[in-house]
Order: sequence, then C-alpha cells, then structure tokens
Amino acid sequence: MARTAVRRRLSWQLATVTGVVDETPRVRTLLLELDDWQEHVAGQHLDVRLTADDGYRAARAYSIASAPGEPPSITVERLEDGEVSPYLTEVVRAGDQFEVRGPIGGYFVWRPEDGGALFIAAGGSGVVPLRAMLRERRQSASTAPAKLLYSSRSIDDVIYRTELGEPDHGVEIVHTLTRSQPEGWTGYARRVDAELLREVAWPSEDDPRAFVCGPTSFVETVSAGLVELGYAPSNVRTERFGATGGR
Amino acid sequence: MLDGNAIGGLLLDVFGTEMTAAEGVCGHCGTPGVLAECEVYLGGPGTIVRCRTCKGLQMVFVEIGGVTCVDLSGLSSLTAGGLTT
Repeated sequence: MARTAVRRRLSWQLATVTGVVDETPRVRTLLLELDDWQEHVAGQHLDVRLTADDGYRAARAYSIASAPGEPPSITVERLEDGEVSPYLTEVVRAGDQFEVRGPIGGYFVWRPEDGGALFIAAGGSGVVPLRAMLRERRQSASTAPAKLLYSSRSIDDVIYRTELGEPDHGVEIVHTLTRSQPEGWTGYARRVDAELLREVAWPSEDDPRAFVCGPTSFVETVSAGLVELGYAPSNVRTERFGATGGR
Repeated sequence: MLDGNAIGGLLLDVFGTEMTAAEGVCGHCGTPGVLAECEVYLGGPGTIVRCRTCKGLQMVFVEIGGVTCVDLSGLSSLTAGGLTT
C-alpha cells in the first residue's frame, strides 16, 4: 500500500486540556489528551499553535513535562510579551482545545539505555524537560546516578517543588536561590559559577551525560564550566531560551 | 532569542526528518555545530537562524501563503542521517 510507505508526517491535531496545575504564580502545567500520540522521548517538546479570529497564527515549542508512557503534559511560564504563553497560563481551562504537533526533537533527549551518570542543570523553567528525564528514570527503574542542579530566583519560583522535595533513590537535587532565600536557608544562594559546578557536578571520570536547559547566559556558563571540568563536549547537551522579557 | 531545539517542528516540516541533531557548517566562519545549538529568532515575519560563534546568518524560513520559502545560503554544508548537501 502506497500509504503505509509514506513517512509519517508531523501534522497538527487538537489537544484537549484535561487538567490545570498551578506550579508557581507565573507557571502552569496543562495536562493534555490527544487522539494520535506517538510515544515521546524524555527531553522532547511539542509545538502549540494558536489562531486568532483574524487568522493570525503563532506557534511556540514547549517541553513535554511528562515521562514517556504518561499522558502528555506541558509546563508553561508566562512571558509578559509572549504571543502564546499568556493564553496558556491565564485563559485556558479544562475542556478547552488548541492545536499541537509532536513529539519533536532528537538532540536534547535522554534514554535510560544511554548509560553513564546523569547530570542535569536547570535555570528557571528550564527544569521542565529535565523533570521528564527524572520521571523517565523512575518509570524505567534506571539505576543511573542522577543529580539535578536547579537555579531559581526564590523558593516561590521553584517549579515542581513538592515532587522535587521527595527525590527517588539515587537522585540528588541541589537548589540555588539567586535573588532571595527563606529564613534559615542553608543551600546555595548565588548564580551558578565555575566553583559551584566543581562542587556539585559529577566528576568527569564517571563519563556523565549532561543536559543543561535555561536562559542563554545560564546555559553558556554551565556548559562551558562542565567542559572545563573534563566533560566531553558531545555529552553536554543544551537548550536555551531568552531571559524573560527578552525573547 | 531561542536555539535550534525550538524549531525542530519547522525543520521536520521542511526537511521531512529530525534535524535538530543534524550538523551544519557555517558558511561565514567555518565552525561546525548541530542545528540545536544555533541562535534562533522568531520575533520578525520569518524565522532567522544565526551561527552561535560568528552570528552570521545561516538560514531563513518565511511562510507565504502556506508555502515555506527556505534560504540556506549561509551554510556551507548540512549533514543529516549520513546525507550531506
């Protein structure tokens, strides 16, 4: 049959919002239901497309927050000058529909069989695809040692705070709060720098796989720091987005 | 500013295959790199892709009337799945 020989095309389909979780005052997770969903790989994203009444369209990519096998969800941070995120974070309710396509991406992805220790670093909402990796690690019963270094402005800006507060066996979560810290805070309280990375990252002898996601300046600092520590550049995968307000 | 990961869907649309892990060589400075690492700008009427090293213009995508116009003249080569253009 000619039809089955054709490569599967990535087409837009309607997603139905089945639930909304407020993660922080600016960040929401949307649980989605799709009729035709090909299982994704942790780290992939999907595109969301909105069409205005006048026909104007805007599409943006959002990291998938769930593990493969779980119902797909995305976590969206509201950008004040955004074309898509204000709708997704302020307007959308359970039962609403919008267009999506995916899963997308073959570079910033982690599979449990990739081996090595896992070092993942997030700035702000860069934690979303890394959370999918941690959930995938749990779901696949992977024993790869995993460490998440997570930089947030304040404790109230920490996304998935409850979930990350109860890490699985073999997973370590290290927070740094760059702008304000709650009383009695004993963790890091500064932007990630070379010294902090040296203290936190797995030694390069463990042949670690690193995934770094966040604002451009964060990603540049962390990826350069890891390579300086001896990480193979090809094992340091990056995903950047503009700082809030500057994309 | 985003990076090439954000246009995986557009690249898949245009090339018919996953391209964020494809390797391009900059036509301006000669630096090789995966497309995921490129600088991507979505703010204007089209999608602009620049070299992370020299900021040179590598690719432009503009959709007009349902047709995507593609300009790859800023790349000296592009390799995906063993195929080089």
